Amino acid sequence: MINIEKLSKNYKKNEALKDISLTVKKGELFAYLGPNGAGKTTTIRILTGLTHKTGGTAYLNGFDISKETLKAKRQYGVVPQSTNLDHELSVYENLYIHGLLYHMQGAKIKERIDMLLSYVALKDRKKSPVKELSGGMKRRVLIARALLHEPVILFLDEPTVGLDATIRRRIWGLIKKIQQDGTTVFLTTHYIEEAEFLADRVAFIDKGTIVAVGTPHHLMEKQGAWAIDLIENGQVETQYFNTREDADQYNVNRHKSYTLRRVNLEDVFLTLTGKKVTE
Amino acid sequence: MKGFIAVYVRELLILRRRITRLIPSWSVSPLLYLLAFGYAVGRHMDVGGHTYMEFLIPGLAAMSSMTQAFAISSEINVSRFYWHIFEEFQAAPISNISYVLGEVFAGMTRALLSIAVILLIGYIFGVTLSYNFWFWLALLLNSFVFAALAVGLAMLVKSHADQSLLNSFIITPMAFLGGTFFPIERLPEWAQYALYFLPLTHATKAIRKAAYGDLPLMVSYLVLCGIGVVFFFIAVFCVNKAKD
Repeated sequence: MINIEKLSKNYKKNEALKDISLTVKKGELFAYLGPNGAGKTTTIRILTGLTHKTGGTAYLNGFDISKETLKAKRQYGVVPQSTNLDHELSVYENLYIHGLLYHMQGAKIKERIDMLLSYVALKDRKKSPVKELSGGMKRRVLIARALLHEPVILFLDEPTVGLDATIRRRIWGLIKKIQQDGTTVFLTTHYIEEAEFLADRVAFIDKGTIVAVGTPHHLMEKQGAWAIDLIENGQVETQYFNTREDADQYNVNRHKSYTLRRVNLEDVFLTLTGKKVTE
Repeated sequence: MKGFIAVYVRELLILRRRITRLIPSWSVSPLLYLLAFGYAVGRHMDVGGHTYMEFLIPGLAAMSSMTQAFAISSEINVSRFYWHIFEEFQAAPISNISYVLGEVFAGMTRALLSIAVILLIGYIFGVTLSYNFWFWLALLLNSFVFAALAVGLAMLVKSHADQSLLNSFIITPMAFLGGTFFPIERLPEWAQYALYFLPLTHATKAIRKAAYGDLPLMVSYLVLCGIGVVFFFIAVFCVNKAKD
């Protein structure tokens, strides 16, 4: 569904993306995980026609983003990191304009708006000006807008950034539902738990390079199952173990402060890059 | 090309929301110009057999068609830098021509509405002129020129601050030198030649002549058409440049 080959982007002397290659399968929920400035948003911006690439190729549902730009653009919907709704207009008007941009007929647009506002539980806010909505509601409007023209791919750029835990969980549920309805989802995030909860597969990106790709289970399995964080002189040192028993054994006769926990994707990223995703 | 409808409809919806605020703002400057220059300064002035008020109203219409069409650049920049709505257009399957066309139509619509306000004020002041085909054609072409220029420049500026520079260096000098307030024939010959390079000079002359019931010079329409088409395609090119 998404095929990227040696995609690169240079900003003057800064290499934002260094020949990255990726494949996302149809119906997959793919998480693109990395710290701020790693190249996640640059990748999405190139794929969605907001930024020129320096080199490489990318195909969306078989359409080359450079040579068949308009056809490629019909394949996806985008939920950007920062809200780009018209705050002066109502929810309905924002969605209606989106429908016109995708050459939809008036009756079809109205039908889809009603359906999608129910889908994102915002039917009662149809006539509300966007400026009166909360952050979580705006994010749901963005998701409804991105799905209006029935795309086969949904790009979500940090969809829950800045939202509280409850709203974040609600958005996660919505994203899962979208995937179950058959849409391929490409999600960027720097929230470990978001990737672990949602993704079928994860790619780690750091300094414009993909450092690992795999299922969360597969990536974490290599690291071990249990981790002990030892706190000594204000420094945290982490040890990994395949079984709980091994971890318990390690702690025998140690009187240091420690935390026993399950291994997560943050550990994998830390081992691969020497830094945390959230740094 | 269908995408231009979406861009245009969006601008119309915003215009509808703001119209009650815009009409008073469109009225203030012409009212002040008419009171200050029309009554106070030019009450007993004769300009080529017409009262100064009759001279001023077509000039103000030409100037307003320029400033209000050009004002679309501020709207674009607010939606580009502040609301990031431009990204929604960039991600959509619409051509650059469609985008420019939608914004240019929006600029022209604003211009025509503001002109209607001026003509109404002129009517209240007792000025009756000939608002014929040539009068409206010149206004349409002038607003087309400046709306196209506005879209192109809006794609090139990097911040809101740059926008005010455009007004200071392009619009204000043209408003005062393009024949709005005085006949450019009163300037030295070299200055007249220089001012003929400004589209507003041609627009003002054509609009004024048409408003007096005379047939304007066709060369003015050709110049406006030519400049408008050039600015339009520069704007289309600049939309692509606006990407990172």
